[in-house]
Amino acid sequence: MSNSISIQANNITKSYVEKLALDDISFGIKKGELFGFIGPDGAGKTTLFRLITTLLVPDSGTLSVEGLDTVKDYVQLRKILGYMPGRFSLYQDLTVEENLRFFAGIFKTTPEANYDLVKDIYSQIEPFKNRKAGKLSGGMKQKLALSCALIHRPEVLILDEPTTGVDAVSRIEFWEMLAKLRQSGITIVVSTPYMDEASRCDRVALIQNGKIMSIDTPESIRQNYGSKLWAVRADDIYLLLRDLRQFKATRTAFPFGEYIHLSLSDDSAKPAEIALYMQGAGHSNVQITQIEPSIEDCFMEMMGKSAS
Amino acid sequence: MPIIEVENLVKKFGSFIANDHLTFSVEEGEIFGFLGANGAGKTTAMKILCGLSAPTSGKVNVAGFDVYRQSEMIKKRIGYMSQRFSLFEDLSVWENFQFYGGIYGLPAAKIKQRTTELLGRLGLESEKNQLLGSLPLGWKQKLAFSVAIIHQPSIVFLDEPTGGVDPITRRQFWEIIYETASQGITVFVTTHYMDEAEYCQRVSIMTDGKIVALDTPANLKKQYNAANIEEVFLKIARS
Repeated sequence: MSNSISIQANNITKSYVEKLALDDISFGIKKGELFGFIGPDGAGKTTLFRLITTLLVPDSGTLSVEGLDTVKDYVQLRKILGYMPGRFSLYQDLTVEENLRFFAGIFKTTPEANYDLVKDIYSQIEPFKNRKAGKLSGGMKQKLALSCALIHRPEVLILDEPTTGVDAVSRIEFWEMLAKLRQSGITIVVSTPYMDEASRCDRVALIQNGKIMSIDTPESIRQNYGSKLWAVRADDIYLLLRDLRQFKATRTAFPFGEYIHLSLSDDSAKPAEIALYMQGAGHSNVQITQIEPSIEDCFMEMMGKSAS
Repeated sequence: MPIIEVENLVKKFGSFIANDHLTFSVEEGEIFGFLGANGAGKTTAMKILCGLSAPTSGKVNVAGFDVYRQSEMIKKRIGYMSQRFSLFEDLSVWENFQFYGGIYGLPAAKIKQRTTELLGRLGLESEKNQLLGSLPLGWKQKLAFSVAIIHQPSIVFLDEPTGGVDPITRRQFWEIIYETASQGITVFVTTHYMDEAEYCQRVSIMTDGKIVALDTPANLKKQYNAANIEEVFLKIARS
């Protein structure tokens, strides 16, 4: 990864008729970076990606990719962009191979010329090259879409929620493909609503309600959580959650699978005091351990701050 | 007494076996997690349980009714909510409740009472005249869930109800699920968030049309020697 900039956004604002989708957003993405925009539906991720891919024009602010302005230089810019939209948008009634050939043709190249770049991914679906795209399984469609987005050897690859609605195993496989692709030097920008995928990125922007709440490496975001975090469990987890919210020293208490992640208004509090309180409330098998915050903990922390 | 009873359920599409001898039961008031990889056959099975599709063979009983002969009765006793099928964006919150209450044939007074009750529980009374389309996604999902239980069904089917929802709202949604189950409504839920599987009383995991694991989250973790359900899921999918 070099230090030169691939995508630069300065004070981007975009609104639709009644809704402010992006509110004065600025960021820089470096060449060769695997960069993630992490946030729920409606945060503004798709709008941002449509601005980057020249499909929308910002209300104000400037946006450039590889030195090309997304508004003035869109014709040249489109040649170096690869874009995989959130909705499957290949031709369902063309075969796997026809789709790949079509997308290569649009960019005046051939699948053969750039085969090395897509080989790892495309070879997995090549046995089905004569099957119509509409007849593929979800995982195979995703691999074909990625192959088609890459076949003209773009400098920047934009992937809008490639793992949404995809099962846990296929999600892991998809990120493994991206990690490999990253080694070719291509800049990759991905959006996802799954917080746990942040750790797969070099840097991430946490985005909510059209604003970037934080932008950093996943590691730094976790380190800046700001207070101690405890994982607490007991036999009745639902009752435990209610009781912990009543506990006077509780700052936040959120369920995380079989644990509750607890932060306190005073970090000098001892785990023994919490355990005592809970046993007093009638809980059995109480367990408390200090943990490192996850990106999801950080996201909720920042949501809480921006709400108050 | 189980509210859902499935014995040797088989569903074939041509030569493709989407559901391969499924056998399981769900107890009344239980929160049952129905997990599996994409294409494992979850949607097919769920459609059958909802009375929308007939099995090829096997015995399926939902809310005391037989899916072959009494699918219309089943439809009256269940609620359904999916990530994609949402409410009408150009109707107000109140109108959406009126509409679905009407679909289920509830009398006007009952619709009014249930709507007030459900909106009160969500703390959204003051939004009742707003157009649904103007509300944040998380609120819409909570409203869609409330609408799915307006007729006080025996079972509510939730197909990825929290997909794409922000992490705080996702957790609030699960608290509503708990509250609903504690009132005796059975919750049958699919999700791709493995932490949510831990909130279920029992979880089944499907691969290639078969249920390969079914137990409490704690027992599954023990059985597969895994720290969490995600690990269980990965071990099963990769074996």
